[in-house]
Amino acid sequence: MSVSGVLTPGLAMWRTVVERNVVSFRRQWAAFVTGFAEPVFYLFSLGIGVGSLVPFVMTDGGSQVSYAAFVAPAMLASSAMNGAVMDSTFNVFFKLKYARIYDAMLATPLGPRDIAVGEVAWSLIRGGVYALVFYLVALAVGVVESWWSLLAVPAAIFIGLAFSAVGMFATTFMRSWVDFDWIMLVIQPLFLLSATFFPLATYPGWAQPIVMATPLYHGVALERGLMLGEVGWGLLWHVAYLVVLGVVGIWATSRRIETLLRS
Amino acid sequence: MSERVLLQARGLTKTFGDFTAVDGIDVEVTQGESFGFLGPNGAGKSSTMKMVAATSPPSGGDLRIFGLDPVTDGAAVRARLGNCPQQDNLDEEITVEENLHVYGRYFGLPRTVIRERTDELLDFAQLTERRKDKVEPLSGGMKRRLTIARSLINNPEILLLDEPTTGLDPQARHVLWDRLFRLKRQGVTLIITTHYMDEAEQLCDRLVVMDHGRIVAEGSPRSLIEQHSTREVLELRLPLDEHADHSDVVHLVDGVGSYVEALPDRLLVYTDHGDGALEAVHARGLQPLTSIVRRSTLEDVFLRLTGRTLVD
Ligand SMILES: Nc1ncnc2c1ncn2[C@@H]1O[C@H](COP(=O)(O)OP(=O)(O)OP(=O)(O)O)[C@@H](O)[C@H]1O
Ligand SMILES: [Mg+2]
Repeated sequence: MSVSGVLTPGLAMWRTVVERNVVSFRRQWAAFVTGFAEPVFYLFSLGIGVGSLVPFVMTDGGSQVSYAAFVAPAMLASSAMNGAVMDSTFNVFFKLKYARIYDAMLATPLGPRDIAVGEVAWSLIRGGVYALVFYLVALAVGVVESWWSLLAVPAAIFIGLAFSAVGMFATTFMRSWVDFDWIMLVIQPLFLLSATFFPLATYPGWAQPIVMATPLYHGVALERGLMLGEVGWGLLWHVAYLVVLGVVGIWATSRRIETLLRS
Repeated sequence: MSERVLLQARGLTKTFGDFTAVDGIDVEVTQGESFGFLGPNGAGKSSTMKMVAATSPPSGGDLRIFGLDPVTDGAAVRARLGNCPQQDNLDEEITVEENLHVYGRYFGLPRTVIRERTDELLDFAQLTERRKDKVEPLSGGMKRRLTIARSLINNPEILLLDEPTTGLDPQARHVLWDRLFRLKRQGVTLIITTHYMDEAEQLCDRLVVMDHGRIVAEGSPRSLIEQHSTREVLELRLPLDEHADHSDVVHLVDGVGSYVEALPDRLLVYTDHGDGALEAVHARGLQPLTSIVRRSTLEDVFLRLTGRTLVD
């Protein structure tokens, strides 16, 4: 071995963090598969089951659709959320606390921001795959109403971005696995109450602003607009909300990694 | 010919809250040198190494590596360093060769370059047969060797080794020393921490002895022994009463050697002529249970300087 290595300059080094996860997940594809089972299950049990009792739903956009078509976009949004959150919380915690993967990375030219961006990008990929699979299922059972729905999967990336960035940020504060109950405590109500199963108009007046402030609501509204073809400029607000949350989350996560691992 | 200084520390300090782990040390390491930090547990060796590795920012003082500031130019510094931390942090979920691959990618190395080096490094670590195995079930010594091999993936100019042979069996230690010698011959600068005096004597051209975050002596292993110890040491175990300690019986051998250190289980008589000293002990009518004459080591230097042993 000779002195000095070949080096490409440090642009987009975060991609090597994604590459590491790809290598690691080649052998764990089963864990990958289970993540989208839940929303698919809900689509069938609620959408199709409840749908047979409730003939149609009046959306917040003012159109009448079948209950299954109403619920499907929300399940797609939840599926993207689940994929992103599972990766950015459980997996990141393990790597941070036990496997010390990030300590090893920080001994190389990689910095905290590369780690945050790389992990979030990986969660996005995972969330994106879940959304895609879900979309194909929804297409197959005929609950997709509009050509706009082709944008539903790319839109799910924004949901993944927001949730994985915030999820990873929260994870940097976790002390033990017990703390993960808090994540479930946040995810469950979001899943049930983000205008997922009922239109926003059916919520009591005082609750509506609260729902509208939460991230999954924006994901659901975005997906519903696209999949039902209720498209307007307003959808960009949802995108903006999710992107801002994602970017701030990544920034804050880098700061946390810096404090935690470069003491 | 002026020597190229690769590492320069002035008043380097590391504090954790109120606690000072590294207390204003001055160190200089030149290219091609093999330099050691010797000291007992908690002396501040690892804290120093982490600052040099640009993974932990100094709390005070001035630190230059390759003439660069490790805080502002951290990535550039780390790109040229090999870092073998005290605790292995291998990627246990993936295989041996994937570890080298992934780590090389963190340095931005092209895949083809990594592939070439992987064969070389697996051979270096004697892990060629295990290349397709996951890391997790490997033995401690194998993991250690892989950590060291991994730290070489970027052909570092300086290799930082924090207790490289802890957990290795004697055979593997000697193999590793041999490999490190070869790296040194190829011009790699080695910075090593250890609390094994034989390792320091074998590997280091120059070393500092650290204690409580300070440097208490500096020099080549030979010169440190010459300066701070005698040529030989007579180790004595005397028959004692049940509760007595060897420190209670130092006076019995007063004047036999240049000076005496008492450990709980034995007396160390420092002298240039061990056999002569032993005769003198016998002449005083003492009948030691055991007696050994040996050459002075760095351990004796440490004992002399701090009144404590290195490995407790
Ligand atoms: N992150 C930290 N937070 C608080 N104290 C620390 C931290 N890291 C090290 N220390 C303290 O600093 C002192 C020096 O530790 P360091 O690990 O540098 O010693 P060392 O010489 O490497 O010891 P050893 O031979 O046991 O590895 C110890 O008292 C240790 O408890
Ligand atoms: Mg140490």
